[in-house]
Amino acid sequence: MSSPTFVACLECDLLHRQTQLPSGGEARCTRCGALLYRHAPPDANERALALALTACILFVVANVYPIVGLEVQGTHTSSTLFGAVESLWDDEARTVAVLVFFTTIFVPAAELIGLTWVLVTLRQGARGRGAVAILHFIESVKPWGMVEVFLLGVLVSLVKLAHIAIVEPGVALFSFGALMAFIAAAAAAFDPDAAWKQLETIR
Amino acid sequence: MSKAPTAARSGLLACEVCRLVSHAPPPGSDAYCPRCGAMLHMRKPASLARTWAFLIAAIILYVPANTLPIMDTSSLFGTQSDTILSGVAFLWTSGSFVLASLVFFASVMVPLVKMIALAVLAGSVQMRSVAHPRTRTRLYRIIEFAGRWSMLDIYVVTILVALVQVSTFASIHAGPGAAAFGAVVVLTMFAAASFDPRLIWDIQEKES
Ligand SMILES: [Zn+2]
Ligand SMILES: [Zn+2]
Repeated sequence: MSSPTFVACLECDLLHRQTQLPSGGEARCTRCGALLYRHAPPDANERALALALTACILFVVANVYPIVGLEVQGTHTSSTLFGAVESLWDDEARTVAVLVFFTTIFVPAAELIGLTWVLVTLRQGARGRGAVAILHFIESVKPWGMVEVFLLGVLVSLVKLAHIAIVEPGVALFSFGALMAFIAAAAAAFDPDAAWKQLETIR
Repeated sequence: MSKAPTAARSGLLACEVCRLVSHAPPPGSDAYCPRCGAMLHMRKPASLARTWAFLIAAIILYVPANTLPIMDTSSLFGTQSDTILSGVAFLWTSGSFVLASLVFFASVMVPLVKMIALAVLAGSVQMRSVAHPRTRTRLYRIIEFAGRWSMLDIYVVTILVALVQVSTFASIHAGPGAAAFGAVVVLTMFAAASFDPRLIWDIQEKES
């Protein structure tokens, strides 16, 4: 009992009839202007998978190497992102440590691994274990992944530290830059409607 | 403007997860999306009450977030406590005008504007306002997206604590203001997520 030809605006509830869009086009609500849906090329989810896989690798690099190093009076210190979370935790700033861990490590990792898993299994024509739950989860945590805000925060702290010490941007800083771009590209390429339709047929 | 063809008027429910439009079940029974199994709601449940609750909590915490230090620096030259604003002032006086403006905008303006905007949105729905529905919907769309940038200062503190704590010449510790500030960001995000912009349009149709 579904009406697949209709799409409702999530911001004003106006009902629209779904139409075929030109390549690269997007449909907006005629009443409030909210985005309704985009044109997705047939290979959208293939591309999303390639981008998500690349982002997974970048995520590992970004978390293994130090983000930034500091040299003061001949002593060198550096920290990875997880190391930074640990320092906050040890510094009794537990709430902040949890918040940073959640928004910069847990959510981006869960999103990337989840999306990759769903797309890999769909590509093989199978319904991956927990695919529906994973897509629900990705949708609900989406606003909490803040890699791009974190990156800007690192740049601001670099400038602040440059007043007191010699700062050396680490490998992870560049990896985070690339990670941000690939997460955005994977999210833009991903066609959830096609994924849901495909999941519906595999039962 | 009256009798716009909405999903609600047509007896349809839109899934907020996979966007499938399906027929609403008889009133009183729970509805689940036939495609993805998500729970369906005509409107977000208890939208206004939840928005106000999160918003008021955020407004209360905004005071310690701005008055308590977010960072304590101790060095050979003594101890210094930094609030959000004194951090901005430091950047400004040291000549980093662009960064000072950026941090001021992200940490002070964004949360403030977001809280005012949410109060205006929730208040206008409560008072059954029919003015500028399109502008109010656009305002909601902007604040929902922009709020995340307020986390900027939390990340700055994180990096500074991690790098300077271990060195010998100085040490930086996170202050109680950082937790309060983080809580403000989280609470305003919950408040924005609780608000249902479709309520703006429901009044529009009833009053016209
Ligand atoms: Zn609309
Ligand atoms: Zn659904």
